[in-house]
Amino acid sequence: MYPSYMEQSIRKVESTRERRLNETLPRLTETEKGPLLQAHHPDYISQGMRDLSVGPNKGDRAPHEMADLLEGNSRVDPERIDLTRVEYDVDVLVIGGGGAGASAALLAQESGARVLLVTKLRLGDANTVGAQAGTQAADRPEDSPALHYIDTMGGGHFANTPELVEALVKDAPSVVKWLEMLGVNWDKNPDGTMHELSGGGASRRRLHSARDYTGLEEMRVLRDEMRNRNIDYVEFAAAIELIMDDLGQVAGAVLADMETNELMLVRARAVVLATGGMGRLHIQGFPTTNHYGATADGLVLAYRVGAEMLFIDTMQYHPTGAAYPVQILGQLVTEKVRTLGAQLANTDGEQFIMPLEPRDVVAAAIIRECQERDKGVRVPTGQVGVWLDSPMIDMIRGDGTVARELPAMVRQFGRYDIDITREPMLVYPTLHYQNGGIRVDVQGATQTPGLFAAGECIGGVHGRNRLIGNSTLDIFVFGRRAGRAAATWAQEAKQGQLSLEHVKRWQKEMEEAGLSEKRPSSPLLLPDYARPAPEYMPEHSKETLAARRIRLA
Amino acid sequence: MTGPAKTDTQVPLVDIYVMGKRYRVPEGLTILTALEHCGYRMIRGCGCRAGFCGACATVYNFKNDAQLRYALACQKTVEPDMYLVQIPFFPAARASYDLEKVEPTGEQVLALYPDLVKCFGCNNCTKTCPQELETMWYISDALRGDIREVAAKSFGCVMCGLCAARCPQGLAQYNIALLCRRLYGRYLAPRSKHLDDRIAEIETGKFDEDLNNLKKLDGPDLRRLYAEREIEPAY
Repeated sequence: MYPSYMEQSIRKVESTRERRLNETLPRLTETEKGPLLQAHHPDYISQGMRDLSVGPNKGDRAPHEMADLLEGNSRVDPERIDLTRVEYDVDVLVIGGGGAGASAALLAQESGARVLLVTKLRLGDANTVGAQAGTQAADRPEDSPALHYIDTMGGGHFANTPELVEALVKDAPSVVKWLEMLGVNWDKNPDGTMHELSGGGASRRRLHSARDYTGLEEMRVLRDEMRNRNIDYVEFAAAIELIMDDLGQVAGAVLADMETNELMLVRARAVVLATGGMGRLHIQGFPTTNHYGATADGLVLAYRVGAEMLFIDTMQYHPTGAAYPVQILGQLVTEKVRTLGAQLANTDGEQFIMPLEPRDVVAAAIIRECQERDKGVRVPTGQVGVWLDSPMIDMIRGDGTVARELPAMVRQFGRYDIDITREPMLVYPTLHYQNGGIRVDVQGATQTPGLFAAGECIGGVHGRNRLIGNSTLDIFVFGRRAGRAAATWAQEAKQGQLSLEHVKRWQKEMEEAGLSEKRPSSPLLLPDYARPAPEYMPEHSKETLAARRIRLA
Repeated sequence: MTGPAKTDTQVPLVDIYVMGKRYRVPEGLTILTALEHCGYRMIRGCGCRAGFCGACATVYNFKNDAQLRYALACQKTVEPDMYLVQIPFFPAARASYDLEKVEPTGEQVLALYPDLVKCFGCNNCTKTCPQELETMWYISDALRGDIREVAAKSFGCVMCGLCAARCPQGLAQYNIALLCRRLYGRYLAPRSKHLDDRIAEIETGKFDEDLNNLKKLDGPDLRRLYAEREIEPAY
């Protein structure tokens, strides 16, 4: 049930539906996409960015919100840390408990390493569980890894690192098989063939789904498998700095208990960063689909040990975040709604973009429709959006399709008395994914010895724009590779004396650049959504409270 | 437009009771954003903030209505005179097993979770489920050894643990369901021959030459290939 002021626009969407069923808008050419993106995609708003003043990417552009943290002050005073008091001494330390971290831990253990995984929230609290649509793998006879390669490069505006894309598309089918052998329930046809759907920017149907709970299904299984294999993990333990050694290698991490502030030191022969994305930085004020802990922590840690970042000036704004009701503002409405046949329509019920263009193009088109053309639907909070016409799906594919393919979406909107089988959804772009990240080679090794990385925190796989279904692929492809490579490294590496000299050097560099007073402490660990310090407090008390919050973060 | 909903002072206020203590919060917030409005900084009891992770299981009733109700804090809008508490963790039994050494049978499920037989059908688990799953019915499917049905009925489970928290017999329904789904996916789902065929083709190097050539292409050639590629219909 929508409020009455939206009904008029919904009637228009209904009145054009029959006609639109047979209306296919053409795909944009590359020369048409450029100006659309430049005029309307948030990545091209230069006021939202600045050049970094310190560190390996000095001079490169990054959004202010991310730059503040990359240029942040350490939470650790090296003078006050006794590096002889090591709590855990392992071969491979994995930081992050999502799909990439769990994959890395499983493969590192299989490769013979003693593994510890640490995560600042619970095991599995990660963007992986929110991924709905599916995982790409070119496994149908009509498809090929070469086509998957071309689609991925095109989606990323040809900026992707070719070797990483090659690894992605070649490993994809075996990743799908690996997950199945661990017990993931893929959607299948009765004859056993995979039930595969198309996606924005994909030239073949190659999305493997588990209804619209794909990432949740994958994560539930990997988490259970980690427990079955007795892999050690520590929850609510945030990595706040990496430890290096006098041989210039990464050699562990400083952890802080999120609830008690207890300090824990881990010594490790190799470290895998699998810390995910940055949606909770709310770049340019956008709402986000991301989980509570998506604050780019791994980028900060890697930056301080000299690892270079790629494409950190490009974010993915998912075209369809919920714009109504306000309780779910910015939450993900899966692209699967469009892959099943739903079109986008403006307030007059007219299409304005081919719904299966790559995500950055669709997002820019929605922003143009609402801002420049004023053809969006406005709700009282000021939020504006366009219609995603979900009732078309059952008309195209038969009654019951929405209920079968999109149970999570039906459930989520049903909680607010909106029946998406009969009524469209109001949507607007929402901050979804960090396209770039830490530079790695095909085995997940960063430029800093002993440090590996996988998942959303790495850059290069997706160039400047990721395609649907390539993230729940990349976490497993590169999680597995990084886990194996870290285990191999750990067998051969010589260990030196633990050291936090790099933190001292970092703080010196910050001071020389005149930044240490201006910048916050980082990593951020969690966003601060609690009510701000009350009016009655004197300023010095507010500062104490703020400092305490940062410490507690 | 940051994380929690806006708290415009014009919005009508409602009273809620967090662990018995009264707070006045703007109407229209979720339980999660209302807690944050009150000043609680979440560490436990908050995860994906979108209804998928099960971190924010919440029990509530009302000042004048003692009937207990259950929700995910990130998905439920506050209502006047709500009494609420979060249950971010609840101890629950989990069997450990080697998936390669178990069988997809009812006997196997029962061997790993012998407490299954203690279910006496009170249906508290079903009434508790914030995902509105037919929890008790899948437990009875598990007892009958119908693993496929358990997998189907439990698919939307976010493992929040509320069923286990309310089970008088100490079952961990969500872990039993996870075992059954994994058995189904590993042993009972029909195999995908085309997937195995493709893996074999990749291993024998069938696509290596194509990919090597593609990697060498410079911008304009790759752009042309992309623009000219044939696109399969979506349906």
